[in-house]
Amino acid sequence: MNDADKKRLLREMIFYRRFEDRTFEAYMERKIGGFLHLYSGQEAVATGVLEKAVVGQGNKNDYVITGYRDHVHALKTGAPAKEVMAELYGKETGSSRGRGGSMHIFDPTQNFMGGYALVGQPFPLAAGLAMGCKHKKTNQIAICFLGDGANNQGTFHETMNMAKIWNLPVLFVCENNGYAIGTHIDRSTAVRDQYKRVAAYDMEASQHDGMDIDIVMEAAEKAIDFVRSGKGPYFLEFMTYRFRGHSMSDAKSYRTREEELEWEKRDPINIYSKRLIDAGLITQDDIKAMEREIDENMENEIIKFAEESPEPRVEDLTKYVLDDNPDPRWIGPLQK
Amino acid sequence: MAEMAYWEAIRRAHDEEMANDPLVIAMGEDIGVAGGTYKATLGLYDKYGEERVIDTPISENSYTGIGIGASMVGMRPIIEIMSINFALLALDTLINAAAKIRYMSGGRVQCPIVMRTPGGTAHQLAAQHSARLARMFMSTSGLRVVTPRGPLDAYGMLKSAVRCNDPVIIIEHEQMYNLKEDIPDEEFFRPLEGAEVVREGSDITLIGYNYSVHLCLEAAKRLEADGINAEVLDLRALKPLDHDSIRKSVEKTHRVVIAEEDEAAVGVGAEIMAVINEECFFALDAQPVRVHAADVPVPYNARLEKAAIPSAEDVYHGALKVMGKI
Ligand SMILES: Cc1ncc(C[n+]2csc(CCOP(=O)(O)OP(=O)(O)O)c2C)c(N)n1
Ligand SMILES: [Mg+2]
Repeated sequence: MNDADKKRLLREMIFYRRFEDRTFEAYMERKIGGFLHLYSGQEAVATGVLEKAVVGQGNKNDYVITGYRDHVHALKTGAPAKEVMAELYGKETGSSRGRGGSMHIFDPTQNFMGGYALVGQPFPLAAGLAMGCKHKKTNQIAICFLGDGANNQGTFHETMNMAKIWNLPVLFVCENNGYAIGTHIDRSTAVRDQYKRVAAYDMEASQHDGMDIDIVMEAAEKAIDFVRSGKGPYFLEFMTYRFRGHSMSDAKSYRTREEELEWEKRDPINIYSKRLIDAGLITQDDIKAMEREIDENMENEIIKFAEESPEPRVEDLTKYVLDDNPDPRWIGPLQK
Repeated sequence: MAEMAYWEAIRRAHDEEMANDPLVIAMGEDIGVAGGTYKATLGLYDKYGEERVIDTPISENSYTGIGIGASMVGMRPIIEIMSINFALLALDTLINAAAKIRYMSGGRVQCPIVMRTPGGTAHQLAAQHSARLARMFMSTSGLRVVTPRGPLDAYGMLKSAVRCNDPVIIIEHEQMYNLKEDIPDEEFFRPLEGAEVVREGSDITLIGYNYSVHLCLEAAKRLEADGINAEVLDLRALKPLDHDSIRKSVEKTHRVVIAEEDEAAVGVGAEIMAVINEECFFALDAQPVRVHAADVPVPYNARLEKAAIPSAEDVYHGALKVMGKI
């Protein structure tokens, strides 16, 4: 990885943090509704893993799927930030035409196959995407990002089993932030180390620090090579922490300020910026300038686009339920 | 023309669609090496291989989800659920995912899966093998639900379902797999929408779907002996429901019986009565009657089972009541 790439990666992580902060503000102004789950603190995981996958290249991309905490995964896969923000604003120009919202970002032009609210549901969908890739022999893989809590669903066990027996090209990325909403992992889950759980299905797995993007990239590169070379599924676990509440309405009463401060010392953006500063690649002033440029772009391009875009028309309420232009040969009406 | 059993018609549709398009796959429990519980995929494992005729573990929710994921990248999976009772385990991926993905992606992603599953009571299979969940699927936005009454529709609707871009549930019936009908040798398709008048009549309309169409036809024969000329309407599709055909028939006969194998509450009959009330209430000459299952889990004992499930006799009596004869 060259110096320009390293600076780009730092910029991306700062951008993702600012994007999430800005959605928080818009939520407070009631411009964004519904549930809003922010990714702050976990940036190194999606950014690092997807840096090693094929992303940003349209339909050549690997397939990416995740839960409801999906903005950053969509962005890194290649969804335009304007469209993601417009989706949060419920606008017709949004990634899902204003029909999905924060938890359901889709961009099939970049093979980002969605955010899903049902905890654990993306496991089988991801294995299905992988089955499609394998069947069509496209050399693409599917990457599924989910939290630690999702591993207590039946779909986890069912899917690990099938992914293994059918040798599917799917990478499961467990973002272990220690909590499922307000329940600590020790109170919900018999084992803290999630990667051990797939041993029951004889699946390759490993656990890594999720706050250091260099470690994430190294682990991801190996796992992605493994999966792409046809050796079967892989389960990657990253230890991480979400800096904000589970969603907007979370008072965080279930965790201590001390614990938060411990993790904040390991902020993935600080770890990486310090590394680049120490290596003489960038200065504190450069980073300040970068942040200013990001903020300007956020207001003048992204927020402006979301604010000024039209809402969906009420006349279009029932569009997209079924195929809006079906072939009459399959649908009817019945010919006598 | 050749006479074909319901299961053979389904098998033929699988075979033709798999030969036609390499993206069509079949998946389900025991459908491959074993050939399928109802022989719907018999011989196809040998013909198309284990990558296209996939024996799944007993994990209904997740293999349905895998089929959905595959459909999102262009595959055309035909998913068999051994019995509609087991489809309850797949409701999350089916209803929360397949039925909603097109909508919540703003029309950008589609899930063209087919789920085939037999619903209905057979002989003394007891409560956990006798569910009829048509009413649950018919009230879910984003799904198509079809109920082929015989080999012609079983073949032609499966072929259409594979090609259609929406998730389609095909409800078959344990008691119909050996039902025979002449079907053309050349390929044909039967549309996924539109009810069909399967017997013309002028005095009363008997509405059925799936197996209950046969109860209606049998009742119509008995009514004929009484000098009552019954029309039989096969709904064919429960979702979307063909309001026009229901209204047309009611406006012609002015009397209706609806025969359903489900329990009555919030059911197929209830929905049709609502449609009639809203769209052609003044065409009615008598209160409509629903013939339906008793409000009990289906019992094992043969005598009790018979009492719990509607029969042709029940449809006949329902019709006499509407005609004011009893
Ligand atoms: C099937 C289902 N059950 C419960 C919920 C409510 N819920 C939303 S997020 C969540 C916790 C998930 O925790 P985890 O998988 O660790 O992801 P994280 O939020 O930590 O990223 C719960 C219980 C849900 N959305 N879906
Ligand atoms: Mg968690």
